[in-house]
Amino acid sequence: MGNFMEWLDRRFPATQVWNDHMAKYWTPKNFNFWYYFGVLSIVILVLQIVTGIFLTMHYKPDVTLAFASVEYIMRDVPWGWLIRYLHAIGASAFFVVIYLHMFRGLIYGSSREPRELVWLIGCVIYVALMAESFMGYLLPWGNMSYWGAQVIISLFDVIPYVGPALSEWIRGDFVVSDATLNRFFAFHVIAVPLILCVLVFLHIVALHKVGSLNPDGIEIKENKDKGGIPLDGIAFHPYYTVKDTVGVVVFFIIYLGVVFYWPEGGGVLLEKDNFTPANSLQTPPDIVPLWYFTPFYSILRASTADFLVVLGSLTAIAAIATPFIKTKRSNKIAAFVGYGVIAICLFIFDAKWWGVVMMAMAIVVMFLLPWLDKSPVKSIRYRSLPFKIAVTIFVLAFISLGYLGMHPVSALSTIQAQTCTVLYFAFFALMPFYTTWGKTKPVPERLT
Amino acid sequence: MKLSNSIKALLVALPILAVAPNTFAAGAESLVLDSVHIDSRDTESLQRGAELFVTYCLSCHSAQYMRYERLANDLDISLEKLSQEMMFTTDKPGDLMIAAMPEEDAKEWFGVAPPDLTLVSRLRKNDWLYTYLRGFYLDEASPNGWNNSVFENAAMPHALYELQGSQTLVGHIEHGVEGAGDAQAEPQQGQKLVGDAIFELQKAGTLSPTEFDTAMRDLVNFLSYLAEPAQLQRRAIGPWVMGWLVILFVVSYLLKKEYWRDVH
Ligand code: HEC
Ligand code: HEM
Repeated sequence: MGNFMEWLDRRFPATQVWNDHMAKYWTPKNFNFWYYFGVLSIVILVLQIVTGIFLTMHYKPDVTLAFASVEYIMRDVPWGWLIRYLHAIGASAFFVVIYLHMFRGLIYGSSREPRELVWLIGCVIYVALMAESFMGYLLPWGNMSYWGAQVIISLFDVIPYVGPALSEWIRGDFVVSDATLNRFFAFHVIAVPLILCVLVFLHIVALHKVGSLNPDGIEIKENKDKGGIPLDGIAFHPYYTVKDTVGVVVFFIIYLGVVFYWPEGGGVLLEKDNFTPANSLQTPPDIVPLWYFTPFYSILRASTADFLVVLGSLTAIAAIATPFIKTKRSNKIAAFVGYGVIAICLFIFDAKWWGVVMMAMAIVVMFLLPWLDKSPVKSIRYRSLPFKIAVTIFVLAFISLGYLGMHPVSALSTIQAQTCTVLYFAFFALMPFYTTWGKTKPVPERLT
Repeated sequence: MKLSNSIKALLVALPILAVAPNTFAAGAESLVLDSVHIDSRDTESLQRGAELFVTYCLSCHSAQYMRYERLANDLDISLEKLSQEMMFTTDKPGDLMIAAMPEEDAKEWFGVAPPDLTLVSRLRKNDWLYTYLRGFYLDEASPNGWNNSVFENAAMPHALYELQGSQTLVGHIEHGVEGAGDAQAEPQQGQKLVGDAIFELQKAGTLSPTEFDTAMRDLVNFLSYLAEPAQLQRRAIGPWVMGWLVILFVVSYLLKKEYWRDVH
């Protein structure tokens, strides 16, 4: 064994990589609950790929065969039902884990200098993951698959000039059809998973360059012993490998609990209208995207003509008010022009266009987080009260948007969704301000 | 402190705001359904349901994703019984359960082709099925002489007429929905409540009303099995998987504690 490693190490940096990234990769010793979700994301990615390969062996990407092939997997393929449930429920589990992982970044300031790239790559992963599951959801060719894809792809229609041509290009046809199913299959089983794997690799490389932050939000590299090892650092392996194993087992208890005892998840994980084949003549009573898209779907539906009038008037007032704010002249002009343009656009473009724009913006703003957060401290443990209030409101608004997006609209729920949409964007837009308000607590020298 | 109070108020208010519209919406349109308590471990009930299904439903409806053989294996039905009493359209147990009636004929006769029933329990849910199957009543205005209390103007005739007999719709009980002219407080003697519809038996069938309800419970139990045969395996394997995971948890937890003893 020793000889073999010597032979190998002269040709390949096996021991070096192992040490740099596992055995001598120094990790803060105080990781808590929130730090399991990165490892769990990798576990689920692998699980999705492995179960996906087995599904692909029996699945048929053809509109006349797809639905029946999934039922064939559920009934006639040995253990097919388990593989299929693992995969379909794994997609939801993936998003649960990813949302918690992103939330950690928000509350501990992990996205900030010097980890901006880790955060940005993460945001791209999130977008790729949304594309992956959106396309995967068409594959079983159920009625909700079909109508969901129909509705979402036609959103591109609102883009001026190129919209209709673009959505036709995505579908490969005038409506969602066999051509769409085939290309979504190609993207879902190889293109996007490949991109995801590369992105995850880059995410880890970027992370290991700077090292993990921790719940105290301070850098362990600032306190090293004589040998250059951080005083508050412990080796990733074995300490965190054994600790993460516990987390992975707990995750599997919950995940397999759902797979074995509650696979439909009350109609949220497997939607009932997807138990009937796609039918272009029969629209489901309410077209609902999967739960992890519903916050954005709510934002899309929140855009009504009335809402735009309110927003337009507010931004117009903001534009008029800028000359009276105490700041540099150039700032005033920039703000005036900025608000003015937005106000004019709010009156020019229609609600459907704004719905799509707001939905896209809701994701784009996530990318900006590292630069919007101006707090002198990183961790929520030492932050001032206004930030804590803002995060609380944001989480409630996001969950409410998700909830509202799962149900048909009513007059009241539209106003609620609009309120939550405003809160959602205000969280980001006002962040440079409220993160500097209030008194932060003193940050400790060493981990607590 | 005032601010933290307002956070609490918000914490309470937002989710309530989000839930409110649904409680309103639900009352307005949803059907009143009877709930049915089925049990996939009750093999005898599943067997009775399967017999009802092949006898009364398979003539029009298919279960095109299901094989006879699977059914016999899962429900402890002997292959003899299967081929003699349950397979009418084929003699190969490995075949899929396809309806006796060709789809085009059915379409011509009923106006709509009878939909495939393999997954109907996952699509419509069991309470709906239980209420639907008990909700057929005589209606002269309808082309086939029957109507249904949860599926208005369904093209399906009362397939279980022989068992249930025939009933007429007397009215609906009040449940807050705007003026059903026929609203009455509750069913009288000799009348039967199905969902929110009140029926009166005109001609008795071979089963008593309670026997018929039990038979429909068996049939729904079977339809639920039919939609997901794997549920039998899920429930059989589930405890072992969970038990094994719990052991794994204890072991991994102890291992972690051991390794972390020197971390302070
Ligand atoms: C004489 C032919 C016939 C027989 C026998 C028959 N059905 Fe039907 N069934 C139909 C037709 C036709 C429809 C379509 C109704 C419509 O859409 O208006 C239907 C619809 C249904 C539906 C509604 C499906 C949906 O989702 O819309 C269910 C459930 C159903 N049948 C169950 C049964 C069961 C259970 C039996 C056996 C007890 C049975 N049927 C026997 C002809 C039949
Ligand atoms: C990386 C993350 C992945 C996510 C989030 C994901 C998500 C999904 C979703 C939501 C569905 C529809 C589920 C259903 O209703 O059945 C699906 C189906 C499918 N996926 Fe994936 N998937 C992933 C990776 C993969 C990979 C890597 C492969 C193949 C190598 C694959 C192959 C398939 C196949 C063949 C289906 C259709 C079968 C079915 O619907 O059950 N998936 N996927």
